[in-house]
Amino acid sequence: MSEPLLNVTGLTMRFGGLVAVDGVNLSADTGRITALIGPNGAGKTTIFNCLTGFYKPTSGELSLAHPTRGKVSLQTLPGYQVARHGVVRTFQNIRLFPRMTVLENLLVAQHVGLMQKSVLGIAGLLGLKGWRTAQKEAIERARFWINRLDLAAVANEEAGNLSYGMQRRVEIARAMNTDPLLLCLDEPAAGLNPRETAALGELLQGIRAEFGIGILLIEHDMTLVMGISDHIHVVEYGRKIAEGTPAQIRTDERVIKAYLGEPDEEELPPVVAADIADVAGEGDRV
Amino acid sequence: MDASALGTFLQYLINGITLGAIYGLIAIGYTMVYGIIRMINFAHGEIYMIGAFVAVTTFSLLSALGIVAVPLALLLVLLVSIFFTAAYGWTVERVAYRPLRGAPKLAPLISAIGMSIFLQNYVMQTQGSRPKPLAPVMNGGISLWQGDGFTLSISYIQLFIIVLTFALMYGFTQLINRTALGRAQRACEQDRTMAGLLGINVDRTISLTFVMGAALAAVAGVLVTMYYGVIDFYIGFLAGMKAFTAAVLGGIGSLPGAMLGGLLIGLIEAFFTGYISGAYKDVASFSVLIAVLVFRPTGLLGRPDIEKV
Amino acid sequence: MATPIETKLKDSVAAAGLALVLSIPFIGLHTISTDQGLVVESRWSWVAWAVGLVFIGRLLLGFARDALAARAASRPKKQAKPVVAGAPTLAARLTRAFMVAALLFAVTLPFMPYSDRYIIDLGTTVLIYILLALGLNVTVGLAGLLDLGFVAFYAIGAYSFALLSKFFGLDFWVCLPLSGLIAALFGAVLSLPILRLRGDYLAIVTLGFGEITRIVILNWQGLTGGPNGVSGIPRPGLFGLSFDRRPPEGMGSFHEVTGISFSGEHRLMFLYLIVLALVCLAVWVINRLRALPVGRAWEALREDEIACRSLGINPTASKVSAYAIGGMMGGFAGCFFAARQGFVSPESFGFIESALILAIVVLGGMGSQVGVVIAALFIVMLPELGREFADYRMIVFGLAMITIMVWRPGGLLSTRVPTVKLDQKGA
Repeated sequence: MSEPLLNVTGLTMRFGGLVAVDGVNLSADTGRITALIGPNGAGKTTIFNCLTGFYKPTSGELSLAHPTRGKVSLQTLPGYQVARHGVVRTFQNIRLFPRMTVLENLLVAQHVGLMQKSVLGIAGLLGLKGWRTAQKEAIERARFWINRLDLAAVANEEAGNLSYGMQRRVEIARAMNTDPLLLCLDEPAAGLNPRETAALGELLQGIRAEFGIGILLIEHDMTLVMGISDHIHVVEYGRKIAEGTPAQIRTDERVIKAYLGEPDEEELPPVVAADIADVAGEGDRV
Repeated sequence: MDASALGTFLQYLINGITLGAIYGLIAIGYTMVYGIIRMINFAHGEIYMIGAFVAVTTFSLLSALGIVAVPLALLLVLLVSIFFTAAYGWTVERVAYRPLRGAPKLAPLISAIGMSIFLQNYVMQTQGSRPKPLAPVMNGGISLWQGDGFTLSISYIQLFIIVLTFALMYGFTQLINRTALGRAQRACEQDRTMAGLLGINVDRTISLTFVMGAALAAVAGVLVTMYYGVIDFYIGFLAGMKAFTAAVLGGIGSLPGAMLGGLLIGLIEAFFTGYISGAYKDVASFSVLIAVLVFRPTGLLGRPDIEKV
Repeated sequence: MATPIETKLKDSVAAAGLALVLSIPFIGLHTISTDQGLVVESRWSWVAWAVGLVFIGRLLLGFARDALAARAASRPKKQAKPVVAGAPTLAARLTRAFMVAALLFAVTLPFMPYSDRYIIDLGTTVLIYILLALGLNVTVGLAGLLDLGFVAFYAIGAYSFALLSKFFGLDFWVCLPLSGLIAALFGAVLSLPILRLRGDYLAIVTLGFGEITRIVILNWQGLTGGPNGVSGIPRPGLFGLSFDRRPPEGMGSFHEVTGISFSGEHRLMFLYLIVLALVCLAVWVINRLRALPVGRAWEALREDEIACRSLGINPTASKVSAYAIGGMMGGFAGCFFAARQGFVSPESFGFIESALILAIVVLGGMGSQVGVVIAALFIVMLPELGREFADYRMIVFGLAMITIMVWRPGGLLSTRVPTVKLDQKGA
């Protein structure tokens, strides 16, 4: 088996005396949806923050197999460089640019490429042809994702005025506009109703199939996780306690004990289960 | 180090502590207001200036009335100045800041700058633009150490400033840590909405914070009037800026931080003036501030502020 | 909701009582220096006036509020937020219309029959402040980085020209870009240590930079002439033609070459047109930048720095460029200021200038260029209009700043015009 897109070994993160993440190994590969689950406070978001360059891990190796740049150790990069290497995230409590329009949000995401095309703004200032073409292409790319995520009606609205569900979609569209290798989603279904959640699941599967990128997902909504993941990692108290396919995780005793609490939760009608998960998601966000 | 050099050093130290005590008193006003409503009360320097002017008027009035016994006169001046200055502090909050709670972050700052311009010119118009000289209230001092060719001395007024400031600081800390008012204040700092839900009168707590800050600034104003013997309508700006620097240096929001910051700024000024250059003393304080913020952005005693992602 | 008249009276009595307390030590009593030291004098009639005015004012305010509330209630509720895609276009169109009208007015102003020296001079001052505010608007309005020491760039621009002309004999047109570059360089360098700071810390540190700059200029006598400043700064010429009656050695003079009879006003008009051109250039450049990745990254930075980092934007580069571009505008303004005055001294670069410029930006509604123009007019003209009350104009000015903020905390114009729109084809 070849090297996976992302290979994390021995990831440890300490805050003072508190060990938030302790020797976690995990991997995520292109064309696959990998889920990271665990009870609240298990350290999932901390793992994300280390992966995406917001925290410097205390120790561990975050190795990215970049198609053109070879093997890259993400933990050695300055924070903003991680996204430039194709690892892009969304946030648990949505971080859009609220006073900019949806379209502008997506154009900001194409900053790196556009910056080169505008030659530090000089070509852009003079309105040179190369820049104008680049700008048109950028808008078309944004248009693609706006249509794909059903945002055409609000493309020129300020992102901050949109409904919660729409903002979630804008955030995913924005991340996709960076042309990522690995899309990291931090609780994308939190606050969505079951119908929206189902649509999100389809969207993610569609993205995986169509673009062949890797998706790494933190999620509390078990219906979604079990429904779309190819592989699941379970963490508790900063340690990984299990990994495997959804079927394996569903029957793993440790997971059931640690995370699902009551073994019969999965037997609840899906809507109810989603609601429970929603409540958990809400609690996490406050 | 020979004796005379040591003596000079100690003299600067005393001067620095005196100055620092005054900065510290003003800084508390900044730090408390920042703690509770997260804004820079830019007009606080003018509040201190108002305290100084009330002091000058009261001193003059008392001497016209023939009340010259120093302790009595001092007590009266302090009380009168605290009363009027606190009234100004209260009004400033009520008029310029309260309507702007919840407004975009820069709005109260601009309002505060407007207030500062207003107060400065108001005092200039009503009291005149020329400096007000005041006859010395307290003379003499204690000579601590007599060496060959120099004397190390502390004047009564310096002693008074240092003792009063530290007594006030102590009392004030007790007030904040022990009383219901202090608790209400700390609760509002943490979460204003929650404090309101729990029955704390948030508006009143904030008003009281301004009143207390103004009262301390008034004391600083009285002390400065006595120490320098001359004031003008412009003293608020520079003192306010230094005191704010002190508050940030100590870690804004922290009471002991404000005092520590004040002392440091006072000492830096005194030593820099003494050993290097008086002209650049303000550059020195600001440079120290910038250095501290670059290497320790929360100030010396401020709580670390972990970036939430 | 209307408050009963008793409540209004009660409020007014309370306000009057407060006014009484506040006015005693300042309006009621004042000290006068005499040979015997300070003497206290009283003027109780003033206090009576103050108390009376506050009482009536508070009462009127109460009624005015009722009237406003009643009017708002009687009006049909407007849609909370028009979802029609055409709405932003209207704002954009209005903006454009205003800008065109303003430009037309500004260009023709010096040639109008009613324009005398005073009006042209005032216009020049307004334009300088517009230029400064446009610069600060980049840092504060677009990039969201508070700067209370913007006057430093103004000073650096002014002294760059003053000193370059004094020591190297360079003229205005050479020094203008140089001043801008020097100020931009300072902006970039100064921004480096403060990259990690946020909000109010940024405020105080930038304030510190502003003061440090002024103090250094004040005390570095050998270079800057200290408090005496630098005088004899050459006036700008037009293609080598001077506007002086007797041009300096080696220069032609405007009135001789063109055959227009000499008038001191020509130079004023010329200066006015220079700064107008600078303002137009600044407006154009900034508008252009907003739609470029550089400018978009500034706005994104203002909105959410963390999200910026998650998209691969280097916040350091954005911040440095915002300070540099903003500083450059300040530098241009400073260079022009020096050329106009022919003299610079540290007095012109105190904190109050920074405060005024910031006030223009915030009053205008951060980020809005039209807002900046309107607010600059307001801030510069207000003290001028109150000339008869010259003594009290700064008092009124301070009060007006507070009132406007309380009335419109978001600034006069707080709608943001999007930089790009998606047409709905094939959507």
